[in-house]
Amino acid sequence: MNKVENNKAWFLVLPVFAIVAFSAIIPLMTVVNYSVQDIFDPQTRYFVGTEWFKMVMTDSDLHGALLRQFIFSFTILAIEIPLGIAVALMMPTKGRGASLALILVAIPLLIPWNVVGTIWQIFGRGDIGLFGAAMNGLGIDYNYASNPMHAWLTVVLMDVWHWTPLVALLCYSGLRAIPEVYYQAARIDRASRWAVFRYIQLPKLTNVLIIGVLLRFMDSFMIYAEPFVLTGGGPGTSTTFLSQSLVTQAIGQFDLGPAAAFSLVYFLIILAVCWVFYTTIMNMQKDK
Amino acid sequence: MAWMSWTLPTALFFLSIFLILVGMTAWQIASPSVERKGFLPLETTRGDRLFIGLLSSAYIHLAFVALTEVHIAVATVLSVIWMSFLMRWG
Amino acid sequence: MTATAAPQAPVKSRAANKARSAHIRGRIGLVFYLVLLLLPIYWLVNMSFKTNTEILSGLSFFPQNFTLENYAKIFTDPTWYMGYVNSVIYVSMNMVISLLVALPAAYAFSRYKFVGDKHMFFWLLSNRMAPPAVFLLPFFQLYSSIGLFDTHIAVALAHCLFNVPLAVWILEGFMSGVPREIDETAYIDGYTFPRFFVRIFIPLIRSGIGVTAFFCFMFSWVELLLARTLTSVDAKPISAIMTRTVSASGMDWGLLAAAGVLTILPGLLVVYFVRNHVAKGFALGRV
Repeated sequence: MNKVENNKAWFLVLPVFAIVAFSAIIPLMTVVNYSVQDIFDPQTRYFVGTEWFKMVMTDSDLHGALLRQFIFSFTILAIEIPLGIAVALMMPTKGRGASLALILVAIPLLIPWNVVGTIWQIFGRGDIGLFGAAMNGLGIDYNYASNPMHAWLTVVLMDVWHWTPLVALLCYSGLRAIPEVYYQAARIDRASRWAVFRYIQLPKLTNVLIIGVLLRFMDSFMIYAEPFVLTGGGPGTSTTFLSQSLVTQAIGQFDLGPAAAFSLVYFLIILAVCWVFYTTIMNMQKDK
Repeated sequence: MAWMSWTLPTALFFLSIFLILVGMTAWQIASPSVERKGFLPLETTRGDRLFIGLLSSAYIHLAFVALTEVHIAVATVLSVIWMSFLMRWG
Repeated sequence: MTATAAPQAPVKSRAANKARSAHIRGRIGLVFYLVLLLLPIYWLVNMSFKTNTEILSGLSFFPQNFTLENYAKIFTDPTWYMGYVNSVIYVSMNMVISLLVALPAAYAFSRYKFVGDKHMFFWLLSNRMAPPAVFLLPFFQLYSSIGLFDTHIAVALAHCLFNVPLAVWILEGFMSGVPREIDETAYIDGYTFPRFFVRIFIPLIRSGIGVTAFFCFMFSWVELLLARTLTSVDAKPISAIMTRTVSASGMDWGLLAAAGVLTILPGLLVVYFVRNHVAKGFALGRV
């Protein structure tokens, strides 16, 4: 669509700018201010330059959290994207079944994140939860509160349960946008099921899949409430991800300076990844 | 405003960012920038290159703080050189 | 699929059979997935109707001593039910604010080119993607210093950080689907911009607005971190009450399960109304 050049459009954007500036720019400036000072109270504070940044960048706990974060994000992407596509391909496209499947698949997305944690906290327990009891029944001494491997498995499983529906719904809407003619042509050519997927469906899905990967990567990068409720980051620090380290530092210990420096590093990582995705999406739309 | 804990260096930092943005807007209105391809693997406008420059400068500073003991001003000088290079040929 | 294949049955019976069995396999897979998806939720619902003694005494798929006690406790104890009221209040405030500011902005992005539009759009997106934890500290200080700490509006404004950008993204996608000619015709007919926007344009993108409202509702409803940090007593949301009460008084599993079930219901109710457009909304209007 060719858009008209009109700088007066800025007036329409102004309310959004004002409200997001209030909740983003002012806080971000404050974080920058905090990050270069040692603050005891508003009157007693000292300029310390880049000291906090040095501390944060060389803190092995945070390296651990960052590494865990990346492993977690890539693990869930590797599971959720293929699974989401598969579910989308199986969902009915017409009739009452379509609506029903759509609503059922969407349910996990509507549950408050801490309740997702609660559900799995209960479900995964050996004594009162079905999943934990089933694992025990298979002869595995399953305990996500004391065994790091089991804690990881439960957190990953929980995230897959929680967010695969998002990928499935995205792909479902992408599939629905394919005209019926394409399938008819494929049927005439006696194309195999795999060929239909590879040459008709997958290309049409690229756009929504990029958005899916973007949303899933970003949201898994800020995961907080679910593991907080489920494992509290434990056992030890085995399921402590970036947001939780930051919250502990900022609110738990009230270390304003280091927490602010940490926030900025965290934000810079997000900004870079976000920019790469945004540029990709925009270039793809331009190519069309 | 007391809760924001302003310091002179951070105030100067934000002031310069603000001035750069105002300057870029004025420049854009005076002579609109067109997308072009430089040594970066994608087409960019002036604003895009500014953003890439600022972001990479932030990373340069972080790397210097984390990995070396040299004064932070060295990183700043390097970033300015990198940014002008990027703005011109990026 | 069977309908289209039937007339050519004699020629293509083998192909049709193959398609049919693939179809059935798909259905079985889907049902299997849905069962796994619903099992944890079923377990929660099942548990909410049990007494604590029953929960701890063993596993069962149906409550042996069916009880509504857990729900009764929530509906009679103000510290519990006020949590739901608080959540609903700030979620609705956030929904209204987000839609009001996002509608004109989305129109501007979908129709006009202006200085810095791309960068503005990217900046909005980056706020949707930024972890709330980054903004936790300054938010706490900001709202304390302007005397809004522990109010509904503080949480509503804080949630605007990610909901306004999201609303602009989704609405922009829907608005781009409306042909420009409609705008031009209206202006030629002598409509002013506000009149055109309210009378003609908004009814055209009704479904888009519905979906956007749903998403604002959803993301504000499910968020825990900011809502918990910015409130202490008067505006404390249900999610925070769930995490705090439980750690204070030992594990009351039945009560916790009942509270959890009640947080799922509003979402179910809302998604029913927008079921046909949800998928498009998730794609930020870009399908």
